Amino acid sequence: MFELLGISSQALFGQLLIGLINGSFYALLSLGLAVIFGMLNIINFSHGAQYMLGAFTAYFLLLYAGLGYWWAIIIAPIVVGITGIIVERLFLQWLYKLDHLYGLLLTFGLALIFEGTFRNFFGSSGLPYSVPPTLQGGQNLGFMFLPNYRAWVVAFSLAVCLTTWFVIERTKLGSYLRAATENPTLVRAFGINVPRMITLTYGFGVALAALAGVMAAPIYNVSPQMGANLIIVVFAVVVIGGMGSIMGAIVTGFGLGIIEGLTKVFFPEASNTVIFIIMAIVLLIRPAGLFGRSA
Amino acid sequence: MQRIAEAGKETAVREHSEAIAFVAMVCVLIIAPFFAYPVFLMKALCFALFACAFNLLIGYVGLLSFGHALFFGWASYITAHAAKVWGFPPELAILSGTAAAAGLGAIVGALAIRRQGIYFAMITLALAQMMYFFAVQAPFTHGEDGIQAVPRGKLFGLIDLANQTNMYVTVLVIFLGCFLLIYRIINSPFGEVLKAIRENEARAISLGYRTERFKLVAFVLSATFAGVAGATKALVFQLASLTDVDWPMSGEVILMTLVGGLGTLFGPVAGAFFMVTLENYLTTIGQWVFVVQGLIFVVCVLLFRRGIVGELAQLLRVKL
Repeated sequence: MFELLGISSQALFGQLLIGLINGSFYALLSLGLAVIFGMLNIINFSHGAQYMLGAFTAYFLLLYAGLGYWWAIIIAPIVVGITGIIVERLFLQWLYKLDHLYGLLLTFGLALIFEGTFRNFFGSSGLPYSVPPTLQGGQNLGFMFLPNYRAWVVAFSLAVCLTTWFVIERTKLGSYLRAATENPTLVRAFGINVPRMITLTYGFGVALAALAGVMAAPIYNVSPQMGANLIIVVFAVVVIGGMGSIMGAIVTGFGLGIIEGLTKVFFPEASNTVIFIIMAIVLLIRPAGLFGRSA
Repeated sequence: MQRIAEAGKETAVREHSEAIAFVAMVCVLIIAPFFAYPVFLMKALCFALFACAFNLLIGYVGLLSFGHALFFGWASYITAHAAKVWGFPPELAILSGTAAAAGLGAIVGALAIRRQGIYFAMITLALAQMMYFFAVQAPFTHGEDGIQAVPRGKLFGLIDLANQTNMYVTVLVIFLGCFLLIYRIINSPFGEVLKAIRENEARAISLGYRTERFKLVAFVLSATFAGVAGATKALVFQLASLTDVDWPMSGEVILMTLVGGLGTLFGPVAGAFFMVTLENYLTTIGQWVFVVQGLIFVVCVLLFRRGIVGELAQLLRVKL
């Protein structure tokens, strides 16, 4: 262990790791927001609530079905994704022709309903969810102690993000998606079922949020409010990155997580606000966002 | 001939529909304290003004601010601090709160109008959240406790606001004054340009209007009126707390305006009274309040986009 500017390497790299983990969640959530916005033209305010639903699904699976983390990480995104598809069919599909803001207001209402219901049954205190046995313990890297579970979260999120990027940017399915984002009418004329694609895209974006929620459950406690404050930070991340580029969302998410972690070490008072301050600066210098194209 | 005369009469009624509704509203608000609890009415009036300020932006410029609690809450903090710690008289305390809201409005507005549409909502929400964290950390706001026992003082050194009737009349005068001012702004040439921006910003630009300046001025005005509402609320409840700067408050003012009717003159007032009354009955059900609010959001967006006053105006075929 060594010291840097009077800060022990354990503290520095520990916070960096927390930053990377937060960054993974920012990346997964802003990726989902960007994909949904691209297809549906709706900013999904209930994204934070759906992240919370993912964590709670994992908790319920363990409590009532005895299914552990590895089952949860597969089942929870599917279950929450299906609820997302139901939400899209019941509510969102009526809004596509209206102003963007109605989608935001409707999903805000849904977030209030989800979070209010869970708060009513589970209060505001968190419920514990333990790290899966296979990932307990950690490695001593010399300059820091690396818990296995945290390493897994960073690696797995990165893999999911890159796979999503690959599917959207490099495969045939992705080219349909991108084409439908540009001009849905024309893509429909080619015989592709665009409304079904829109529904499945929403389900997929929501499933990504739920996946992040399952991964967050052992690190933070499972609580009804876990998504509410996170989603506002993710909005700032989206403003900084711009929603035009998938890779942009991933890079901005991880980058801002790291910056936030470093701020916790060097200037803890600003750790809550640093992302918002960066957003203000980016708006002054590059109003379209780091990876955005100006409209 | 007769038909033309009748048609003329009908247009006359239409033209005066807003004036008639205004007189009716004033009458109701003067009689109301004899039937309802004054503190409840004052709360509703503060929120009505807050919603009117918010509506100035969404209803007439088409900008959705998701951070209006910032101006409301910080104005109430500054007013409470000025009245309690600096010993300002109520009129100066309200003015300082309002000035703070206007200043914050200029900063937030200048940043937020750099992006369009949906990003505007996200930026205002994020900046409001940032100022919420400042309010949590700043020592003068007293964190979770808030600024309590704020003295109401004597208005102009003469009128004792500790008296409930005096306070009610003051709040009513402030509300009506701001309401008329907002009406004047909407119906001025400046207001016409704002509506043009709402309908088609690109065309307004092509006609030579510097739309970003108009948007900024509208934003500052909206923030200022929201500040008046927050400042008045701090004196009414003798309290400034974190609830007023947090994001659920921003959501609530959106809901009030939506329920009443976006872009209608009286909608925000009706919506505020509706929501405050509803919440009064719902205090016993705890967290379900959020669920009820969420349901109202969903129903309004899907089935009831014109809101109470919008539907009423449609039914009577008048402007309200």
